[in-house]
Amino acid sequence: MTRPRVAVLDYGSGNLRSAVRAVERAGAEVELTADARVAAEADGLLVPGVGAFESCMKGLEAVDGVRIIERRLIAGRPVLGICVGMQILFAEGIEHGVRTKGCGEWPGVIERLQAPIVPHMGWNTVEPGEGSRMFAGLEDERFYFVHSYGLRDWVLSQPPAFPDPQVTWTEYAEERFVSAVEHGPLWATQFHPEKSGDAGLRLLQNWLATL
Amino acid sequence: MSLSVRVIPCLDVDNGRVVKGVNFVDLRDAGDPVEMAKVYDAEGADELTFLDITASSGNRSTTFDVVGRTADQVFIPLTVGGGVRTPDDVDRLLRAGADKVGINTAAIDRPEVIAEIAHRFGSQVLVLSVDARRSAEQPSGFEVTTHGGRRSAGIDAVEWARRATELGAGEVLLNSMDADGTKDGFDLEMIRAVRDVTQVPLIASGGAGRLEHFPEAIEAGADAVLAASVFHFGDLTIGQVKETLRAAGHRVR
Repeated sequence: MTRPRVAVLDYGSGNLRSAVRAVERAGAEVELTADARVAAEADGLLVPGVGAFESCMKGLEAVDGVRIIERRLIAGRPVLGICVGMQILFAEGIEHGVRTKGCGEWPGVIERLQAPIVPHMGWNTVEPGEGSRMFAGLEDERFYFVHSYGLRDWVLSQPPAFPDPQVTWTEYAEERFVSAVEHGPLWATQFHPEKSGDAGLRLLQNWLATL
Repeated sequence: MSLSVRVIPCLDVDNGRVVKGVNFVDLRDAGDPVEMAKVYDAEGADELTFLDITASSGNRSTTFDVVGRTADQVFIPLTVGGGVRTPDDVDRLLRAGADKVGINTAAIDRPEVIAEIAHRFGSQVLVLSVDARRSAEQPSGFEVTTHGGRRSAGIDAVEWARRATELGAGEVLLNSMDADGTKDGFDLEMIRAVRDVTQVPLIASGGAGRLEHFPEAIEAGADAVLAASVFHFGDLTIGQVKETLRAAGHRVR
């Protein structure tokens, strides 16, 4: 069996080394790249993310990342966003009162979590929908989260480009937010699979199996 | 179901080697931080903290190498503290494989560096490390120390934690210099005092000796517990600590 080829998008955000090594360990051939052609042609594109929405969008635009993601999705080619790499897939983010436009692949607004203690930091559980491929065999596992912002309301109302989005939720304090989405070729996690031990590696394997 | 409390072993690393009492029976090389990180990962550690105590900054490249080799093999969060003075130091550690960085003395010398780091990398990347001890000189009864607890920094520890988290520190690692090494338990009053004035996750450190000490720290308001020697010497295992926390009604991974 040939190993799937994964491009990890280098746009100046994220724990790139950890992301690369984890996807390698999960069984892929990985290239860290800011090159649009490499990112377009890989079997899978991983968009990592650590930090702030606004600076991530700037970094993404600097490497033409918004268009790379858009084109891959039009062609039905898999993309996985992690943490802020998930958040920037939504319509917009609000940080410190500043609104920043996201990629707009999904509607919805990324907002600060309303909890007594923020960031939400540590290992938490997930509630995947029936038949989730991302969480197959992992429904009872915990994953590592570290974030202050999230999506509270899943508001996909217009006819989606791909059918049947699978939305996974997580509870923290009084908050409930979207912790993962599987939607055709576009998958995303609010937590960090590359930092979630064996469970995280198995989730990445579930993604690689779709490539 | 909800967030679990974290159990974090801490490794003091000097020139690429773990120091401060290590007595692992099943390791080929008990001084190799990568080997120890793997063992702790296998035992269920929720995160790992490396404290780089390398005296001369000329040897920081060794630290980057250790962080990188660990991150290549251990897929849980890695916090690295020691010698962090500027946002560029943070950048280098993150590129080497760290997920979070700890800052201590540099933030006392120049608190604005907290805001600078948080602005560039987000609060979630920055752990404020506070070495504190009891002192009648300060309003809260606790003061910040430097130089491994030997010198007073002349500031109130509780007020410092409050201010630093307002400036953008995303987590507080609260180390009791009085309790450190005593194995008599965490300084619960100090944990409560800092919990009361901060809204970020709080890691309790210093004084862990027996299993029952860990739930006490959580009940006092800590979100995570950190220990070094009790794990390094095999007095307690991470599994035992988690079992004790679970039995006390706390969620663990």
